[in-house]
Amino acid sequence: MRSPLGRAVGLGSAKEGVEHWWLQRITAVALVPLSLWFVIAIIRLVGADVDTVGYWVGRPLPAILLVLLLIASFYHAALGLQVVIEDYVHAELTKLGLVITVRLVCFAFAVAGIFAVLSIAVGMSS
Amino acid sequence: MRSADRPLSPHLQIYRWQLTSVLSILHRAAGVALSAGAILLVWWLVAAASGPGAYDGVADFLGSWLGLLMLFGWTVSLFYHLCNGIRHLVWDTGHALDLKSTYLGGWLVVGGTALLTVIAWVAGISSWAS
Repeated sequence: MRSPLGRAVGLGSAKEGVEHWWLQRITAVALVPLSLWFVIAIIRLVGADVDTVGYWVGRPLPAILLVLLLIASFYHAALGLQVVIEDYVHAELTKLGLVITVRLVCFAFAVAGIFAVLSIAVGMSS
Repeated sequence: MRSADRPLSPHLQIYRWQLTSVLSILHRAAGVALSAGAILLVWWLVAAASGPGAYDGVADFLGSWLGLLMLFGWTVSLFYHLCNGIRHLVWDTGHALDLKSTYLGGWLVVGGTALLTVIAWVAGISSWAS
């Protein structure tokens, strides 16, 4: 589907669009039950002190679901924010810089959240 | 032709607002808001892992007017993005793409968001009161 000129100057599909599209949908499907579970869990924890919250976070099922929620959320966020940036930022260098920044920040926050959940869980079981 | 000489399409303000386009841009806005909200979740988890001092600071902030406002915005954004996201997933299967269905689905999303937000806050307040 590419024109000879487009092929010559290297324009056109980077062949990564399908992967991006699929992962956006897969994480979306995962986030439907995960986010509903999370909201219900949080409602039950309203006003709880740190010990109650810690006891809830550290049990196996909530800990596993929280880690999955963090992975799916930040992956979905990174993909979505990338599309927003690509739609509105047209200066190549700024666009590239913002996409890289979004990826790094999302990765860092996902790691921080997962570490917090695991440290609570490990602290409880030891 | 230089880009400055090209004819321009009418500016965005010329068009009449439609449910479909408003919901479309709100989906994006809610997604960006939820990305910021996810940072709030990590802050809360890290504070809970750090101990009572750090956790009480977060809890105090979330209980303040600004914190409650942010939580309310987060709830509305989550339920809207969730409902409209399901609408998008249905579209991805090639269904409900005609004009009538997009409007019906749009109003269902608006109603669903309002209903779920009210249920969550009523449940949250009664959980806090007990």
